[in-house]
Amino acid sequence: MSLLELKNVSKIYGNLKALDNVSLNVDTGEWVAIMGPSGSGKSTMMNIIGCMDKSSLGEVLLDDVDISKISSKKLTEIRRDKIGLIFQQFHLVNYLTAVENVMLAQYYHSMPDEKEAMEALERVGLADRAKHLPSQLSGGEQQRVCIARALINHPEIILADEPTGNLDEANENIVIDLFRQLHNEGTTLIVVTHDPEVAEVAQRTIVLDHGKLVKEVINENFNQQNQASEKSAKTVKTDEEKSADKKSESGKKTKKKK
Amino acid sequence: MFFRMLRGALFRQKGKMLMIAFTILLGASLATAMLNVMLDVGDKVNQELKTYGANITVKPKESSIMQDLYGISDDGDIQNVHLLESELGNIKTIFWAFNIVDYTPFIDTKVTVGSDTEAKLVGTWFNHHLELPTGETLDTGIANLRTWWDISDGEWIDEQKGNSADTAMVGKALAEKENIKVGDTINVSSTYGTQALRVAAIFDAGGDEDDYIYTSLAPAQKLANGEGFLSSIEVSALTTPDNELARKAAKNPAALSVSQYETWYCTAYVSSICYQIQEVITDSVASPVRQVAESEGAIMDKTQLLMILITIFSLIGSALGISNLVTASVMERSNEIGLMKAIGAKDGSVLGVVLTEIMITAIVGGVAGYFVGYGFAQVIGQSVFGSAIEMKVIVIPIVAILILAVTLAGSLPAIKMLLRLRPAEVLHGR
Repeated sequence: MSLLELKNVSKIYGNLKALDNVSLNVDTGEWVAIMGPSGSGKSTMMNIIGCMDKSSLGEVLLDDVDISKISSKKLTEIRRDKIGLIFQQFHLVNYLTAVENVMLAQYYHSMPDEKEAMEALERVGLADRAKHLPSQLSGGEQQRVCIARALINHPEIILADEPTGNLDEANENIVIDLFRQLHNEGTTLIVVTHDPEVAEVAQRTIVLDHGKLVKEVINENFNQQNQASEKSAKTVKTDEEKSADKKSESGKKTKKKK
Repeated sequence: MFFRMLRGALFRQKGKMLMIAFTILLGASLATAMLNVMLDVGDKVNQELKTYGANITVKPKESSIMQDLYGISDDGDIQNVHLLESELGNIKTIFWAFNIVDYTPFIDTKVTVGSDTEAKLVGTWFNHHLELPTGETLDTGIANLRTWWDISDGEWIDEQKGNSADTAMVGKALAEKENIKVGDTINVSSTYGTQALRVAAIFDAGGDEDDYIYTSLAPAQKLANGEGFLSSIEVSALTTPDNELARKAAKNPAALSVSQYETWYCTAYVSSICYQIQEVITDSVASPVRQVAESEGAIMDKTQLLMILITIFSLIGSALGISNLVTASVMERSNEIGLMKAIGAKDGSVLGVVLTEIMITAIVGGVAGYFVGYGFAQVIGQSVFGSAIEMKVIVIPIVAILILAVTLAGSLPAIKMLLRLRPAEVLHGR
């Protein structure tokens, strides 16, 4: 069943076509990676799907609602109710603690619930860092807070823009494992990435170039990879988390010494 | 969550918030200081001007008519033309009693000093303690009204020190002419008797008074054969500069309408104070010493205009400072606002948080600024006028409204921009 459908979508800035007649279907529960060089239109597509921008031409159906023709107010409501956003730069509010950053999404969605926010942080392995400010967290930890914030309102679709772009390998694996969990729970994932390794773990990869959809790759081994990763995740995840935490801790210590 | 966000923004970004509060503090303190000084400067300058002498003279009606008609001062018989010493206290019972700063009575007569030198003897108060009919007390006298006299030798006669009985102060010119020195006893005589007076001081007034002898009321009244009588009273009063109404009333109070009369009577114009003095002193004419009164009015007008201009310019300066900082601070938060919008915040919610933070900071800065400004006003008061500046309650709401208005106005352009901001622009750089 199609959750998202782009029909001949174009986004035009003056003479520039940031997206050029792109059509795409994403089913409910699907995990799609969007790849492409800089300036290929990835972020533009992300903004349109994420209800943060409107297409110039074409239709964008999200849950059968054409979001290319509705008001900004309606777009805000759809963004709040159906979409979870993850950013490369994390975009956490620097004067709120980790748990408060998660609660912020609840506040604008419905009612803040600290217990639920703590559970979300626990799920991303950050229960013990809940009262820390973003400046007291490593990059990986900040990204995990960002993921907790994105999933707190149980969105139908999670949009991640270069989620591992600022992370080391250990933290990248943690984030991918979290995505895998979300996928297995039925959440639709759209991940914009430069990193082929991150794209490889998705069910399907589409490649954009100069605003056009130039290639589509189906990951035939997705189910096998998923099962294998699930098994290994049970044993390795804790080690990876520990190693990521150790790295971030040692990083902080080094900074302090400096 | 709203309060958590407020607390976080206010306490976890102390540096930034303190900076905004500090700028608002500076603006508020400047506004408070200038407004307090401006509102008090009238009284202060007025009091300062009182050191240049009396601004109202009260004379017997007939004597005043002679002067008005023929331009001559009346030296007639004190028995026929006089004011009553017993009515002196009434001056402090008029509507504008609190504006009467000093007053002193005079009785003068011609006397012969020594063998054949003629001189003018003036009886007056020097530093007289007055028990008023209202129960209040007042220390007043010529010492307060002739502050420019240079006492070259000796010291002021002071009734309260008990050195006033049969003592006199002699003008420098007369003292030189008659070779009179401090401590000497001079014999002064008139048609009605002779009086021996011990010389307490030689003064230099720089005018006609250098040929006069000043003594207490009683010996002068005896020599003038006018016990209980006075020739004139000099009054120093705090007045409001004249306007059209005051000038119209000065010509003829009866020409005023009822409401004009009430306004005039209840305003401290020199003419209304004169009018009220005439009401309590029998057969008297109180008239302003025009030169002094007009100079006072002109100085007052100019000083107040200057203060108003300084206040306006300082407020504009403060407003620009506050506005710039608030705008810069709000603009800095575009990422945060973009994120809030991206995760579903409506414009109203964003506006609520940002405005509440700024207003709390403005209130903290404004309250602190008010007290700092009050301190500044005292520094100005002490250094310029040598006295404290009175705290004017009206300044509090003015400064509060001003700070809130300036802060709001300073925030408006930035808030307008933030409301137009699209999350994609700040979060993905588009």
